Amino acid sequence: MKKYDAIVIGAGHNGLTNAAFLAKAGLSVLLLERNPYIGGATVSREIYPGFKYSNCSYVCSLLRPEIYRDLNLAKYGLQIVPYGGSVTLCENGDFFGNFTDADVARREMQRHSERDAVAAVRFDRDIMRQCKFIRPFLMRTPPDPTSFKPRDIRELIHYGKEYYKLGEEVIYDTIRFYTMSIAEYLDEYFESGVIKAAFAGSGIIGSALGVMSPGTSYVLLHHAMGEVDGSMGAWGFARGGMGAIADAMAAALVDLGGEIRTDAGVEQIIVRNGRAVGVALENGDEHYAQVIVSNLDPKRTFLKIMDEKDLDPSFVEKAKNFKIRGSSGKLNIALDGVPEFPALGKDNELIRGDMHFMDSIERLERAYDDWKNGTWSKDPYVDMLIPTLTDPTMTPEGKHFMSVFVQYVPPKVNGRDWTDADRDAFGQTVLDQIANYSPNFKDLILDVEIRTPREIEAEVGLTEGNIFQGELTMDQLLFNRPFPGYAQYRGPVKGMYMCGSATHPGGGVMAAPGANAAREILMDLKRPNSVPEGWVDD
Amino acid sequence: MRSRGHFRKNVYPSPFHSRLEPLNKLKEWGRWHDYLSADTYICDSKEYFAVRNTCAVFDLTPMEKTRVTGPDAFAYLDRLLTRSVEKVKPGRVGYCVWCDDNGRLLDDGTLFHLHEGDYRLCSLHPQLDWMLTSAIGFDVDIRVETHEVAALAFQGPTSCAVLRKMGLDDIENLKPFGIKHYAFAGTELMVSRTGYSGDLGYELWIDPSAAEDLWDRLFEAGELHGIMPFGGNALDLVRIEAGLLLCGKDFLPADGTVRPERTRSPFELGLDWLVDLSKPCFNGRQALLEEKKNGSRYNFVKLDIDGNKPANDSFIMLQNKTTVGHVTSAMWSPSAKANIAFASLEAPYGQVGEEFLAEIYYQRELKWTRVLAPCRVIDHNFFEPPRRRMTPAPDF
Repeated sequence: MKKYDAIVIGAGHNGLTNAAFLAKAGLSVLLLERNPYIGGATVSREIYPGFKYSNCSYVCSLLRPEIYRDLNLAKYGLQIVPYGGSVTLCENGDFFGNFTDADVARREMQRHSERDAVAAVRFDRDIMRQCKFIRPFLMRTPPDPTSFKPRDIRELIHYGKEYYKLGEEVIYDTIRFYTMSIAEYLDEYFESGVIKAAFAGSGIIGSALGVMSPGTSYVLLHHAMGEVDGSMGAWGFARGGMGAIADAMAAALVDLGGEIRTDAGVEQIIVRNGRAVGVALENGDEHYAQVIVSNLDPKRTFLKIMDEKDLDPSFVEKAKNFKIRGSSGKLNIALDGVPEFPALGKDNELIRGDMHFMDSIERLERAYDDWKNGTWSKDPYVDMLIPTLTDPTMTPEGKHFMSVFVQYVPPKVNGRDWTDADRDAFGQTVLDQIANYSPNFKDLILDVEIRTPREIEAEVGLTEGNIFQGELTMDQLLFNRPFPGYAQYRGPVKGMYMCGSATHPGGGVMAAPGANAAREILMDLKRPNSVPEGWVDD
Repeated sequence: MRSRGHFRKNVYPSPFHSRLEPLNKLKEWGRWHDYLSADTYICDSKEYFAVRNTCAVFDLTPMEKTRVTGPDAFAYLDRLLTRSVEKVKPGRVGYCVWCDDNGRLLDDGTLFHLHEGDYRLCSLHPQLDWMLTSAIGFDVDIRVETHEVAALAFQGPTSCAVLRKMGLDDIENLKPFGIKHYAFAGTELMVSRTGYSGDLGYELWIDPSAAEDLWDRLFEAGELHGIMPFGGNALDLVRIEAGLLLCGKDFLPADGTVRPERTRSPFELGLDWLVDLSKPCFNGRQALLEEKKNGSRYNFVKLDIDGNKPANDSFIMLQNKTTVGHVTSAMWSPSAKANIAFASLEAPYGQVGEEFLAEIYYQRELKWTRVLAPCRVIDHNFFEPPRRRMTPAPDF
């Protein structure tokens, strides 16, 4: 049997990226995927005939341009098209739009609050300052602050220097920013309820936290630190659906000599003499390699496909305690036409952006209350888009795909497992909410794919359906991601590595964890580095 | 503009648009916040010389205007602005800047003391957030009135003669930075002897409903005095010659500047004369006192540059080619026949008389050439005709 240099488990975007950089360095790489298709949560599937859904992730901003360029993804057909604007439809029939045109955007804010329109300048500045601070660290391995290795000390000094460069005022702000709730943070800038609610949404997406929970300011930053062609904070659609990203990465990987095997679920990482040496597949096959990389989340990796007896008990505890709570669900909807939103009127560009219905901080927090009480939100937060108003390739002409990200959705309903009836009731809640703002919406529905944490975990593998492979809270960021002492992509046994979103710098279709992990692996193998350096923002 | 459907137009015609439109020979419109605004109407040079030789009209309507009234209006403004507001008596206008608590400039503007205790602050960018924050504890009413007032800058040597011909009584005796009110078309026309040209000139303020009337009367009176519209490009030329700063070009507003070190204090812009440290309390005072004690990081200078190649975006170097700063605004001055620029230099460089090199790139028929042009710091404005300050104002 062929022995590989490296086996990567899980063909999501980070597994693909990791495998591609290892292959680029000349390693023989086998990428294993449990599903019959690749992509993980970066996937487009034809569930309903003629329609491609972006089944999980649905928009792109974080994908590191260094990786995009280095793996030549454009050559393999990837195109990210920026989309315009966002809108919050209000209960009173009005709306607040974040228009793409700066002057129109300011005027729209002035319509809701003359003062907030000016405060937004200060808000953008402060968010941009935090982005500029964090972005250079995305393509770097976090230093271990307890280590005396020269490299860690060097990196820590680098972090420290960058931090002090921010200047007195920004240093204070940074500490507050990383610990505050998004509601508190926005209170320091804005007075209008709907403006605050519109910005607060990105502070909770993917997190089992409410807008009033400490730490949600950072989650907003995580959604703002991406870019499309240098336009910081901009979001775009992958032409053809998010699966186009995985497909381009896979094509790059194959061109670099890598091997991808689907329908190849891993049963067990084989550890011998304290060293990971191979994998046993669910079908009984075994494959061996010098390096085993898991792109699965830590709970799945360490509690399901590794034998706990191969691990230190305290490490198993860490994996058990890892915070990866289910908080979101998704509806993918095939539509027979464009739904009307009377509040927006005809020909309003905002329908091409992301749409929301939460017009106050209070409603957002109430939605979280439902989650704490063990049910899905009765008045949920949605992040809703119709990519096919921009992308002509995903549906038949005149038909549309609507992606509805929904929060909050608990991992269990009132403490028991989800049933099909629960799932359908949850779906109905969301459809009813949309219909409140769009009278012809329900008539246009051709198909609905409803995904609760149960479906996401079962299909994608993400524990509790957590989209970030673990929450983005301070206790699980930087040198603490996924666990203290294990932030440099090396697993608890020799030869075993982690490359998923559970590692630094975290979730979203960013691909930085996969790339960073490849750099560490190549360093251990004493191979030349194939991973590009991060671009520095001046 | 505040209706739900405002977004259906990205940009709006100003109250003078029906009159500006036919005069815009190039049919090219730019934007200034919510309004259509032209950089050029006919030809930059013609418009520039109209300001310097006859008279020309610039549509100032998009300028942000904030009204400040109430019992504490004076005390509040004296706290907001770095200068003494006491010196801006009723019926007078004062140039001013304001800072954040770090003593860094947020914007510059003009403060109009319309009537006793009734002020209007004009600025390039909206200021409401900081103005309201600064108003805590003051009994004032602060209201944005940008769209409620149409405004024209009417600048040039024949401007006074035209206004007199229009029937504005005693206008020639209006002193620089003075305000007069006239009855006009059933409303009130306010005239201030102010402007951004460094020349004899006025600004005209009126209810938007009477804007077209004002324009027609002005152009009727000005027909034989060479009146024409002028756009943003010509305005930029005359303001540099006059030694006047432009926010966004010569300095950045601190509330929108991501890199904190890129902001500037009034001292770092040569605006010491606008800072009254003897006032017991004003925004930024602590920081500015510290800076006075410890020294500023930058000096802002006017440069007289050898040769005739404008030094746009040039680095400024010592004789040994060490870079010590950069040009913020530059032009060939047709009126001074000089190659002039504003530059921000690292302190202590920038003393009057000091000599530097300006690294200038210029192109002739696709060939680029680099010159290191000697230049020196000067302490006077490039162009300052006596008519700017004469009262009574001369006819031309």
